[in-house]
Amino acid sequence: MIFDWLSSLIGNEIIAGIICACLPLFLFILPFALVAVLMERKVSAHMQDRLGPMRTGYHGIIQTIADILKLFQKEDIMSNEVDKPLFNIAPVLTFIGSYAAFAAIPFTSNFIGTKLDLGIVYILGVSSFGVVSILMAGWSSNNKYSLLGAMRSAAQLVSYEIPTFLVVVTLITVTGTTSLLNLSEMQTGHFWNWMILGGPGLNLTKFLLIPFMIVGAVIVFISTLAEVNRTPFDVPEADSELVAGYYTEYSGMKFAMFFLAEYANMFAVSAIVSALFFGGYQSPFGYLGNLLGVSWLVPFEQLFWFTLKGCLFVFVQMWLRWTLPRLRVDQLMTLCWKYLIPFAFANLLIVGLLVVL
Amino acid sequence: MALKTEEMVLNMGPQHPSTHGVLRLELELEGELVLNVRPHLGYLHRCFEKHCEAMTYPQVIPYVDRLDYLAAMSNELTYAITCEKLMNIQVPERVEYIRVIMVELQRIASHLVALGTFGLDIGAFTPFLYCFIDREKILSLFELTCGARMLYNYIWIGGLSHDLHPDFIRLAKEFVQYFKPHVAELNNLLSYNKIFIERTANVGVLPLEAAINYNITGPSLRGSGIKWDLRKNDPYSIYDKFDFDIPVGKGTFGQVGDCWDRYFVRVVEMEQSLRIIEQALEQIPEGDVTSALPKRVKPPEGTVYARTENPKGELGFFIVSNGSLNPYRVKVKPPSFVNLTVLGELCKGCFISDVIAILGSIDIVMGEVDR
Repeated sequence: MIFDWLSSLIGNEIIAGIICACLPLFLFILPFALVAVLMERKVSAHMQDRLGPMRTGYHGIIQTIADILKLFQKEDIMSNEVDKPLFNIAPVLTFIGSYAAFAAIPFTSNFIGTKLDLGIVYILGVSSFGVVSILMAGWSSNNKYSLLGAMRSAAQLVSYEIPTFLVVVTLITVTGTTSLLNLSEMQTGHFWNWMILGGPGLNLTKFLLIPFMIVGAVIVFISTLAEVNRTPFDVPEADSELVAGYYTEYSGMKFAMFFLAEYANMFAVSAIVSALFFGGYQSPFGYLGNLLGVSWLVPFEQLFWFTLKGCLFVFVQMWLRWTLPRLRVDQLMTLCWKYLIPFAFANLLIVGLLVVL
Repeated sequence: MALKTEEMVLNMGPQHPSTHGVLRLELELEGELVLNVRPHLGYLHRCFEKHCEAMTYPQVIPYVDRLDYLAAMSNELTYAITCEKLMNIQVPERVEYIRVIMVELQRIASHLVALGTFGLDIGAFTPFLYCFIDREKILSLFELTCGARMLYNYIWIGGLSHDLHPDFIRLAKEFVQYFKPHVAELNNLLSYNKIFIERTANVGVLPLEAAINYNITGPSLRGSGIKWDLRKNDPYSIYDKFDFDIPVGKGTFGQVGDCWDRYFVRVVEMEQSLRIIEQALEQIPEGDVTSALPKRVKPPEGTVYARTENPKGELGFFIVSNGSLNPYRVKVKPPSFVNLTVLGELCKGCFISDVIAILGSIDIVMGEVDR
């Protein structure tokens, strides 16, 4: 484990813990956000019969870095009427909220920020931070569009946490663990051990669980999509209605923080979906390292699979964004309360019965 | 204790991504509900009508282009027809055919912008760009013909500025073949999308009676379920020679006259325009397009009114001539302006998102609203 290695190196568990928890940020999220922004631009461009950024570097690969540099230089515009403390805290808080989730996501079997036993519960908790910061941003901006966006967003995020949590509870009843690390460990071996296919083991319950697991995966994917405010659920920042929603008034680096947080969030929810249902960092076909007897290769393979699965779900999110129109705010609520939550409840009950039997 | 509440007044525009130009909407909101909408106009007013009085008749044509700048050819045709009616000019057969081809291509181009931006207002970005790719092809045809892509000055009083490019007929036929499957693609991508239907069906329902009372014209009127198209009902140019249908709103996914109906009428109209273009390209005769151009446009004293079916609705010009080289008075009956008047009625009691959808579905161009 990285944490053990670090604490023996430094000789202080607290400092080692802090460093360990910060590692995902610098090793993964910041570079990933850069890649994801470029990916979004390229994916959307090719879907729309365009080329996307082409001039900065080969096929525009350093475009995002150039954009970030530009945003650093931008003037930080702040209206006289804003509530300054809240206005300044909000982007940082968003960033913290989306980053803190990564601390409990296992990247490989050896690399996890903190080994929390309540991993998934913790993640759901800190991701609610987003609501607070969005409300702060919307209220402090003193802008009607921002306020409307923030109100929509708060309603949306609070509602969509419920189906997510119900599905997570379903998984907890099946697996009996709330640690994402344990959950990922359980799904080792081949892809038929993944939770979407009923989890490890080979018995009747596994096959009975398959349809309910698929329903659960769909529900959790839809509701996480709504939690990261992506189309078709991007009503809080609906650009054709509310200009830019809660971050209308932000510029420069503060805007960039919202922006990076959005992409970090996209990856976080993708990682959660893949950890819950698609084996997390586990390879679908077994490991080359085990085959060759090179044990140090295994974590790298795991990192590869983890990134690949995460990127795959991020790609699906982008795909949806550039294909679908946007829902209206009342339809968004209807979808959550009238469809997702009843289905999630029914799913939970049936799965609970199956597990008990 | 009840909380003190008050309505919020939201100024949407004049700089807003989906007010289609510099329209300013004053929304009275109660949360997300819209209580009242008041459009404020005039940000693009450029004294078109007064300006015309200081110009000779042909000099007005470039300014006519700038009314509905997404359908410049159609505006030119209306103005030319009005002046020809005033001066009693018969234009050659070939000119009529070329005019019809141009105007119908222009109708497709204008509808493509309308449908694309409507999708964009609903939140679908990709169909917008697909529409623009096709529109670019039409603009290239126009560029081939007269050198301009947006404001053409091509249809003159009594004829055309010059004849078609030798390649035009071939390229236009290619375009018709190329564009046909794209309508189906647009339908699959946007028209029959479940979310799109949810957003547009039963939203902004315009009953037939209200539509007639407000003098709504064009696709917005036909969306309410009445077959009224000047190309059929009051034929001008040579529209009586072609075989085409007038689509009307049927309330496929909701009530008759909702946003989806208005949207879909435009989709079907594009297909019908393709039919007209195909027939015209087959039948087009040879001839001289400049033979009927008058040396000096000096109409006799009198008044005249002529109207045509523009992509956005019924465009009419009322011209008073005092026998001099300049028109004494030019009055425009602009479809966008008239159609915009119904917005307040449609938007009462809907959501903010619906205001955007309704505004997109009545398809206005600010250049024509403000003149």
